[in-house]
Amino acid sequence: MTEANQTADGCGAPAGGVPVATAANAGDQAVVEGRVVRGDAPVSTGYARLLGTGDEFVAEVPLGDDGGFRFFAAPGTWKLRVLAPGGARADRSVSAEYGKVTKVEVTV
Amino acid sequence: MSRSEALVDAEWVEAHAADPGIVLVEVDEDTSAYDKGHIPNAIKIDWKKDLQDPVRRDFVDRVGFEKLMSARGIAGDDTVVLYGGNNNWFAAYAFWYFKLYGHHNVKLLDGGRKKWELDSRELTTDVPQRPATSYQASEQDATLRAKRDEVLDAIGKRNLVDVRSPDEFTGRLLAPAHLPQEQAQRGGHIPTARNVPWSKAANEDGTFRSDDELRALYVDEAGLDFGKDTIAYCRIGERSAHTWFVLYELLEQPNVKNYDGSWTEYGSLVGVPIELGDAR
Repeated sequence: MTEANQTADGCGAPAGGVPVATAANAGDQAVVEGRVVRGDAPVSTGYARLLGTGDEFVAEVPLGDDGGFRFFAAPGTWKLRVLAPGGARADRSVSAEYGKVTKVEVTV
Repeated sequence: MSRSEALVDAEWVEAHAADPGIVLVEVDEDTSAYDKGHIPNAIKIDWKKDLQDPVRRDFVDRVGFEKLMSARGIAGDDTVVLYGGNNNWFAAYAFWYFKLYGHHNVKLLDGGRKKWELDSRELTTDVPQRPATSYQASEQDATLRAKRDEVLDAIGKRNLVDVRSPDEFTGRLLAPAHLPQEQAQRGGHIPTARNVPWSKAANEDGTFRSDDELRALYVDEAGLDFGKDTIAYCRIGERSAHTWFVLYELLEQPNVKNYDGSWTEYGSLVGVPIELGDAR
C-alpha cells in the first residue's frame, strides 16, 4: 500500500497535517500550510482550524512538533484559527489556489 | 441512554480513571499521539489496525473483537470510557462498535483529547498493564448499522443525514480539507440527504452542544423528521458515528443507524443516483 492510498483509508488528521509529498497529485492541490510560534519557539500543543463564511467549520489538525499544520482546501478565502492551551487563540485570513502552497506563520 | 449516562467530563476521569472496573481507552487513527502522551491510566486502540479487518473492507468480526478486548484486559462488565483526537470521531466510532457487539456500559469523555490538552491537564507516557480477560461479545446488532441496499431503499423515505462538510456534500471536494483530494470517486451526496456537518454538533473545544441546541440544529434548521428512522453517513463512517452518538445517545432517537460504507462506497457504486449542489 502506498502512502497516498493510506490517506484514503481514514479521515484522521495527523499532527501537523498530511505531508504534501504523500498526496496523489500534490500539484493539483490548493494547499494552506504554516507554523505556529510563541516568541521564537514552536507551539506543539494546539490546533489549527480552517473556517469558511460565517466561521463555518471546514477542517482542523493538531499542531505538529514543529508547530506545523497543513490543509488541502477548495480554492477561495478562508479564516485560519489557532487554539492553544491557556485560552490562546489567533485568527488569520488566508487564500487557497490550485497548484499553490500558501504559507502562513501565526504567533500566539 | 441519556447525556448523563453516555458522557463524562474531565473531572470525572481525573477522579475515577484508576478505579477498579473502569477502563480508559484512547482511540485514534494515528496512535502516535498516544505514544507521545496520553491521559494517565489510558490504554490505546488503533482504529485501523485493531478495529478493521486487515483484508476485507469490514470490521473485525465478533471473534476478533473478543480477542482484542481480552488482550487489552477489558471485561464484559467493565465501564469503558473512550476518548480520542479529531474531536472524538474515532472514539465515537469505537463507542458505536462497542454497542454493536453488545458492550453497553460505555461512555465518551466530552471534548476528548483536544479539551484535555487545551485545559493543560496531565498527560503521561506510562502504559498501564492490564491482565488478560476472557471477553464474550454478542453478535453484531443489526439495528445500529446500515448497509448500501438499505441506504438505497431509504432515499426519500427516511432521514438521510450527510455529516460531511458543505464542500464535500455539494461535490466540490472529495475528502475533508485536512486530507489530499482524491480522484477515484464521484462527488456529491445521496439524493434527499440533508447536510448537517458533524462540526455543528460540537463546540470549538470539542465538547457536545447542549441537547436544546442539538435538537434545534437537526429539527428546526435541517428539517429532520424525528418521527422517521434515520441513517447517518459521511466518507468512511467515523464522522457519522459522532452524529449517530448525538442522535441515538444524547437525543435518544430510537432508530438511528450509521452507514459505515458511507461516501467511499456509495460514491463508487455503479448506477446509483447522486445529487450535486445544495440540498433540495
